[in-house]
Amino acid sequence: MRYLIKNGRVVDPANNIDSVMDLLITDGKIAEAGKDIKAPADVIIDASGKIVAPGLVDMHTHLREPGREDKETVRTGTIAALCGGYTSIACMPNTEPAIDNVKMVKTLKDIIKKDALTNVFIIGAITEERRGIKIADIRGMKEEGVSAFSDDGSSVDDERVLLEALKTAKKEGTIIIEHCEDIKISANGVINEGFMSTKMGLRGIPKRAEYERVKRDIELAKKASARIHIAHVSCKESVEAIRKAKQEGVGVTAETCPHYFALTEECCATYDTNTKMNPPLRTKEDAEAIKEALKDGTIDVIATDHAPHTDSEKDVEFDFAPFGVIGLETALSITAMELVEKGILSWKDLIIKMSLAPARILNIDRGDLKKGKAADIAIIDPSGAYVYEKEKIRSKSKNSPFIGWPLKVKVSEIFVSGELVMKEGAVISGS
Amino acid sequence: MEKKLVWTKKDLLGLEYLSAEEIEFILYTAEGFKEVTTRQIKKVPALRGKTVMNLFYEPSTRTRTSFELAAKRLSADVINISVEASSVKKGETLIDTGRNMEALKIDVLVVRHSSSGAPNILARAVGSSIVNAGDGWHEHPTQALLDMFTLKSKLGRIEGLNVSIIGDIAHSRVARSNIWGLTKLGAKVTVCAPRMLIPVGIEKMGVKATDDLNEALEGADAINVLRMQFERDAAVAFPSKMEYFRQYGITTERLKKCKPDIVVMHPGPINRGIEMSSEVADGPNSVILEQVTNGIAVRMAALYLVSHAKKAS
Repeated sequence: MRYLIKNGRVVDPANNIDSVMDLLITDGKIAEAGKDIKAPADVIIDASGKIVAPGLVDMHTHLREPGREDKETVRTGTIAALCGGYTSIACMPNTEPAIDNVKMVKTLKDIIKKDALTNVFIIGAITEERRGIKIADIRGMKEEGVSAFSDDGSSVDDERVLLEALKTAKKEGTIIIEHCEDIKISANGVINEGFMSTKMGLRGIPKRAEYERVKRDIELAKKASARIHIAHVSCKESVEAIRKAKQEGVGVTAETCPHYFALTEECCATYDTNTKMNPPLRTKEDAEAIKEALKDGTIDVIATDHAPHTDSEKDVEFDFAPFGVIGLETALSITAMELVEKGILSWKDLIIKMSLAPARILNIDRGDLKKGKAADIAIIDPSGAYVYEKEKIRSKSKNSPFIGWPLKVKVSEIFVSGELVMKEGAVISGS
Repeated sequence: MEKKLVWTKKDLLGLEYLSAEEIEFILYTAEGFKEVTTRQIKKVPALRGKTVMNLFYEPSTRTRTSFELAAKRLSADVINISVEASSVKKGETLIDTGRNMEALKIDVLVVRHSSSGAPNILARAVGSSIVNAGDGWHEHPTQALLDMFTLKSKLGRIEGLNVSIIGDIAHSRVARSNIWGLTKLGAKVTVCAPRMLIPVGIEKMGVKATDDLNEALEGADAINVLRMQFERDAAVAFPSKMEYFRQYGITTERLKKCKPDIVVMHPGPINRGIEMSSEVADGPNSVILEQVTNGIAVRMAALYLVSHAKKAS
């Protein structure tokens, strides 16, 4: 099929393009980008007033399959991803059982081949059963196509184990993604430690639990001369540690999530368990520091940490609810509203943070609309106002803190490897 | 003094969520019910035909009894249910239980729960009125109301009083509710505890925090002494009961340096010889048993008002 996308604002930071032009797709690849393309096409899409960008790349998704298909599956998770503008997602290995060996990677690859509507890249566990004790078969999993390694959900507590993992990852040409949390400090906390935890009578999670671990992990990466990626940065002190490390030339990259700049701990006031996540929502000062870090490049990536949990798991006492919120369907809109509309990032910056940078960190050939590249494209309507309602959520789980928010950015068309999989805001059935 | 206010709240979840006027109105309503409790026939038909359920996820004798008496003196039908929090985790969820109670047409659910915010979550899920009888470390609004009621009946006012709350502030719902209520009515509140038992950011609730008992006692019109729970979290901060009593225990010697008519309160049950000496507990400044008596009138007022809440216009 040949598709011609007409008159869209093409935002393609990999090639330093941000202007109104046409885009031709043939045989699954970008064939041409330019003004007034006259080539014949099977389908012509008018993208006037819309943004045409490389499809978004989420480097932090929990798809829950295998094991917790009641929360999410590869199918439902990738449908949610499409609705949010994503053409590639990387799924975390904390499934049941964990993705910690070659056999599990193969099992997951089979499911992905059968059910995924987007590209799905696999993140393998650093240690067996994610227990932080014995290093998993990083080399074997890497050969099987795993893109990065993480025990996400837990930090690798034993620094000798993490150091060894960093060295192995370096040797194998891959990276370690660390969930930074010292559980001796976070203990049984459920929200940020501070005025809100005091007022609400809930156990607090001190920021120290995060930033002390960030500092330790940076030191270990330095020692191993390896790259490390810090997952879900939520507080000012972590930002400062990462900024300093970058200045010193340490191979560190970092991500945050939309909730850490769009929301604060005040949102927990009603004991709504959809505001319970780990790390927890922090203060306004932290949210401001996160925005500053996105602006100055300290934080490279905006990821979702899409963490589906069922209503029956979340509709309980705040103490008993699991940590985590979904985010695939809202990340783009929230980021556009909170950062682009407010002048903190440009659309080009947004596409870097949500597509190009994560693709480069994961070393996957995406996020780039150069001629000959796989045609993963999102056509985005920046003035498609709607209310994000629970009934319309496509993810299998509905645990979003943004339910009821008026959102302004809607994804209208998506191409994955040159195939139109979403049209006029609807996922094409049978794709 | 005649007070008029249209009560619009179906639930009593905490004093944080009430205005000064609403708090005063509950205290005013309680005064009327206090008179009822002194009659030969201690019963009025105010809640006749209504059903009140005490749903207790945490063991409690005195609070449950007080609520039960309050409901009975208003002629409500009362049911008591105790639930083991551990079995709840495996079985029915809090919200499902609440919805079942609503289906049984229970008018008021009085809820005690070990998890902070449980009554807030329940109040959103069900139409029955929810009265918080203590949730985690969050709030215990009727306890604070009865403390304020007692204080007002002793000293004639709340506004301008210096009130010190002494003990494990970090893990105390009684402290939080008292702080909200007292500060809203214009009292000056000091909280006093060993440093580790003063939670982060408590000053933002409008109080002064100190670990020096002398500072808390000096100039105080009233003290509210909290129960030290050495079997729980307090143990981490203060391992020895004797040492606690030596540093923070309220004794006759210490009271001698205070205002002579200082009011000594305690939410009970008292640990004699830990947070206060027996002489103080039974002494002339103590109003501990009056608090217990006043608890019924205050809880009658709370049950009555939430049952008669008008929809906010």
